[in-house]
Amino acid sequence: MVSKTVRFNCDEALHMKAVAVLIQKASTFRSDLWLSSGDRRANAKSLLGVMSLGIENDIELLVSADGVDEEEALDAIVSYLLHPEV
Amino acid sequence: MASVTLRTIIETFDLEIITEYGSFDDVRISVADVTRPGLQLAGHFEHFGPDRIQVLGNMETAFLEKLEPADRVERIDALFSKGIPCLVLSRNHTATSEMIESSRRYRVPLLRTSDATSSFTSSLVKFLHVELAPRMSLHGVLIEVYGEGILILGESGVGKSETALEVVKRGHRLIADDLVEVRRVSDSTLLGRAPEIIRHLIEIRGIGILDVKELYGVSSVKMQENVDFVINLEIWDEKKTYERLGLNEETTEILGIHVPSITIPVRPGRNLAIIVEVAAINFRQKSMGYNAARALTDRVFGKNSH
Repeated sequence: MVSKTVRFNCDEALHMKAVAVLIQKASTFRSDLWLSSGDRRANAKSLLGVMSLGIENDIELLVSADGVDEEEALDAIVSYLLHPEV
Repeated sequence: MASVTLRTIIETFDLEIITEYGSFDDVRISVADVTRPGLQLAGHFEHFGPDRIQVLGNMETAFLEKLEPADRVERIDALFSKGIPCLVLSRNHTATSEMIESSRRYRVPLLRTSDATSSFTSSLVKFLHVELAPRMSLHGVLIEVYGEGILILGESGVGKSETALEVVKRGHRLIADDLVEVRRVSDSTLLGRAPEIIRHLIEIRGIGILDVKELYGVSSVKMQENVDFVINLEIWDEKKTYERLGLNEETTEILGIHVPSITIPVRPGRNLAIIVEVAAINFRQKSMGYNAARALTDRVFGKNSH
């Protein structure tokens, strides 16, 4: 299992879409992927789960990956969270 | 550490505010116990928990009335001076001038309820136990089928949400989809809820987000439910053996509680809603003392046969 903390930054109006793209990206990996904020942890492949974290700009997120392609998955999700494109 | 703001408690129990200092959001309660400070008013403060809510009822007020005025001022002042979060008067007892003065001196809010003391304290303790219980968030779906709270777990894409939707369509209720907040409210009870932001929403791949309450009405949803039974969904594995009789007692551990569970292999075309429904009925029957597999064993081996 590998993990990393990132600060999310995205144009306000694009939040929902950015999250949707994030879920799609996460779903392409075989590893289990988790996003945590505060005491809540959500499966990064689940849209509602990630939405429930209430991701706002400048929020700190802990990304963790566990599985066969964990390194690759963690890198992809972390770099997307740093520079979300929709 | 989990805590509840005094504002939440005031709003939940509709408490009357007699004195107020600063914001009720800044007063946090993190213990589930409530004290009736009889001994403390008699001057005994050993083992006193100053972080608890204090409730004064008939007995305490009657005791205070019997004291000499000077003693009364001193005892009330001593109680407020310990740094208690607030003092609640039950049965609409009058806030005496001594109480109001001490409340001001130590900036401790004074509140009041019309409820009887024991019923107020017991509902407050129950409420605090739920709010302060150990908790965790699980990736799954919580539904209520024939009165049983069923938590469906399984990997992303295995069909949890689709199963939940079909179960709801068959007249059962949705509590949470995707992320379930589970709290251990007693040594044998787990309570599940949805985070408020995504309450009663469901995501179906290919369609998007659906609001179950708007689509199917209030009778199709529920705010919270106990987790009585766990169903693990997994992609059918040819090499694995699955339960055939239902004699084994499988459990899934959540927050230290072993919840009865089953594992259901998923294959395209398997009608999971009906399987979930029948699993719920079977679980009810087992908890009422009848086990079909055991009855079959008895028949095969000649017990109870005619």
